[in-house]
Amino acid sequence: MPGNDLVIDVRGLTKSFGRKTVVRDLDMQVRRGEIFGFLGPNGSGKTTSIRMLCGLLRPDSGAGLCLGYDIIAQSERIKPHVGYMTQRFSLYEDLTVLENLRFAARLYGLKSPEADVQGALERYGLTPFSRHLAGNLSGGWKQRLSLAECTLHRPRLLLLDEPTAGVDPGARRDFWDQVHGLAAEGVTALISTHYMDEAERCHRLAYIAYGDVLASGTAQDLVSGSGLFTWSVSAARPDADLHGLGEALKREPGVDQVVIFGNALHVSGLDESGLEAAVAAHRTEAFVWTRTGPGLEEAFINLMRGARLE
Amino acid sequence: MNARLFSPGRFLAVVAKEFVQMRRDRLTFAMMIGIPLLQVVLFGYAINTDPRRLPTAVLSADNSEFSRSVVSAMQTSTYFKITRQIGSRDEARRLLQGGEVQFVVTIPENFGRDLMRGERPEILLEADATDPVATAGSTAGFKEIVNRALARELKGVLGDLASGQDPVDVRVHSEYNPEAVSQYNIVPGLMGVVLTMTLVMITALAITRERERGTMEHLLSTPVTPLEVTLGKIIPYIVVGYVQMLLIVCAARFLFDVPIQGSVVLVFVLASVFIAANLSVGVTFSTVARNQLQAVQVSVFFFLPSLLLSGFMFPFRGMPQWAQCVGSLLPLTHFLRLVRGIVLKGNGLAESLSHVWPMVLFWLVVVAVGLKRYKRTLD
Ligand SMILES: Nc1ncnc2c1ncn2[C@@H]1O[C@H](COP(=O)(O)OP(=O)(O)OP(=O)(O)O)[C@@H](O)[C@H]1O
Ligand SMILES: [Mg+2]
Repeated sequence: MPGNDLVIDVRGLTKSFGRKTVVRDLDMQVRRGEIFGFLGPNGSGKTTSIRMLCGLLRPDSGAGLCLGYDIIAQSERIKPHVGYMTQRFSLYEDLTVLENLRFAARLYGLKSPEADVQGALERYGLTPFSRHLAGNLSGGWKQRLSLAECTLHRPRLLLLDEPTAGVDPGARRDFWDQVHGLAAEGVTALISTHYMDEAERCHRLAYIAYGDVLASGTAQDLVSGSGLFTWSVSAARPDADLHGLGEALKREPGVDQVVIFGNALHVSGLDESGLEAAVAAHRTEAFVWTRTGPGLEEAFINLMRGARLE
Repeated sequence: MNARLFSPGRFLAVVAKEFVQMRRDRLTFAMMIGIPLLQVVLFGYAINTDPRRLPTAVLSADNSEFSRSVVSAMQTSTYFKITRQIGSRDEARRLLQGGEVQFVVTIPENFGRDLMRGERPEILLEADATDPVATAGSTAGFKEIVNRALARELKGVLGDLASGQDPVDVRVHSEYNPEAVSQYNIVPGLMGVVLTMTLVMITALAITRERERGTMEHLLSTPVTPLEVTLGKIIPYIVVGYVQMLLIVCAARFLFDVPIQGSVVLVFVLASVFIAANLSVGVTFSTVARNQLQAVQVSVFFFLPSLLLSGFMFPFRGMPQWAQCVGSLLPLTHFLRLVRGIVLKGNGLAESLSHVWPMVLFWLVVVAVGLKRYKRTLD
C-alpha cells in the first residue's frame, strides 16, 4: 500500500444511467481511521457512489484509489478488505443468523471461522437469535446482523449505506459506539445517513445533491460556511400561537427557513439585516426570542435550495 | 487455477448454502420431486394402462355353442365388455363411428358348422384405434382368447381339429389409425422433458432470485467470483436432475414395465451433456431476466418449442420441414433419440455418439453467449 494516509482518494467520478447523470465529478478524500458522513437528499447518488467505490459499478469517467488499489482495474483486490453494508437488507432471509455469518466467514476464507463467528454473535448481542431465520428478525436486528456480517472479516474500510434506518435510538447509539470503536482501531468508515444527529457524530461530512458535491468538511465547517443567521422563538404564554407566527414569518422576505422543533421555532435567513427586520416586525411579549447558531439541518436545507435554484 | 479466480473453499461455501436454501424452500423442493412423479403418472397411465372392459358390440349370424363360447370367453378375459348385440353392418359402422363402442366382433353365418367341417371360418374384430394405446392390449390378446375358447370346446369332441392349425381365421382391423405409435416411446422421453423443464427454469430462477432480493449486490462485494457463484448454484441442481432421472427410470421399470434394453448407466453418463446444455440455458436466461417472473416466462418460451418440436409430442418425421430444422437445434430432440435408442433398442456408446455431439455444440454456443452477457458488476 502506498505510504499515504488516504484510504479513499477518488477524483472526477461520473456515472450516468441512460441520459441521467446520477453522480457528476465526485471528488472524495477520506483519511485512515476517519468516520466520513455522506449526506444528501433521496436520489442524490449516494448509493451509486458507494457502489463505484467497491467495484460494483464501473464509473463512466474519473479514477481513483481505494485502500491504495485502483478502483477500476484492481477492484478484486479491494473486496477482501472492504465491508459493504447495503441500504436494503441483503443477507439471506431463508438462512439463520448463524448460517449467514458462517457463509460469510467461508467466503472471506477466515483462518478461525468458528471463533470469529461466535465473537461477532457476542459483540452484537446476536447470540440469542443465532438459530432464527434472518428473515424473521425485526428491522433493527437485521441491521445489527448486517453490521456483524460486514465487520466479520475485520475489513480496513467500511462502506455503510444508511445502516441505521429504522433502528431505535438505543440501538443506534450502540451502533455508533461500535463504529467509533472500530475507527479507534484504525478502520475507516464511510457512512451515508439522513439523520442529523448521526451526521454530527462523523469526523467529516460531504453533502451531495443531484450528482454534485455541494459542500464538505466538518459539521462545524458546514454550519459556519452556510452563512445563515438564526433566531429561536418559543412561546412565553400558553395561548401564544406559535404556528401562526411561523406562517407569518415564512412570508417575510428576509426569512429563508422556518422550522418547528417541538415548542420552538428556528427562523433563519442568509441576509442578516433582512432577518432582523422581519424579527423586529413580529417581536411581541407573547414569545421568547433568542439568537442562536444555525443547525446542520438548516445548513443542509439551505444547500439543497441553492442546488435547485441553479 | 488462480486462487483469486477460483477457490474451492468459496465454491463449496456457495454449494452448501444453496443446498440449505433448497431444503428450506419446501414448495420448490416439492415441485422438483413432484413434477416428474406427476408427469410419469399422467403420461404413464396414458401409456401402459391396458384399459379393460371396453364396450364391444357383437354382430353374430351364428347361434352355435362355439360362437357363444367365444363371446363369453371375451367377457371373462375382462378386455371386452359386450354391451350390445347388433344385426347389421350398417349398425356396426354407426356405433364405431360414433364412438359408442370400441370394438365390433363379427361372427359369420354357419360359423359353428364351418368350424366342425374344418373350413377355418373367419372371425373379425374391428377396433376404433383413434387412441391406439387404448386398444393395443385388447387387439393383441384377441386371437389368443378366441383360440383358447375354441380349443376347450373342441377338445374331446373333435380333438384332431384343435391340434395343428388354428381352427379359425382371426382377423383384426384397426380403423382410423392403423399404425399405432409405440407407447414405450413416452416414458423414456419424459426424462428429457422433465429435465428441460426443471433445470432451465430452476437455475434461471435461482440466479435471478439473488438479484431480485438484493443478495447479489452483497455477494458481489465479497471476494467470491461470478464463476464460483454460478457453478456453486448449479451443482445442487445437477444432483436434482439425476434424482429426477432416477425417479423416472424406476417408474418406467417398475410401474409401467417398460422393457429396458440398454444400459441405464450409459443413459446417466451421457445425460450429463444434456444437463449441462440445459443449465447453461438457465444461466444465460438469468442474465436476461430482470426478475423471477421474467425468468419463468423466458423458460417457458424455451420449454414449449422443446416439448412440441423435439418429437416428444408429435412424430419428428411427420413435422413440416421448418419445424424439423428448429427441432434439430434443440438438445431435447437429440436427447430423446439417445434415450430411446439406449432404452428401447439397446444401443451402446458407439451408436449414441451421433446424438451427443449436437448437444455439445448447442452447449458451447449457449455458454459463449452467456459469458458474453455475464456481468461482474451491477450495471
Ligand atoms: N441501476 C440503475 N439504473 C437506472 N437508474 C438508477 C440505477 N441505480 C440508481 N439509479 C438512479 O440514480 C439516482 C440515484 O440513486 P441512488 O440510489 O444513488 O440515490 P441515493 O442517494 O442512494 O438515494 P436514497 O437516499 O434514496 O438512498 C436515482 O434517481 C435512481 O433512480
Ligand atoms: Mg441510497
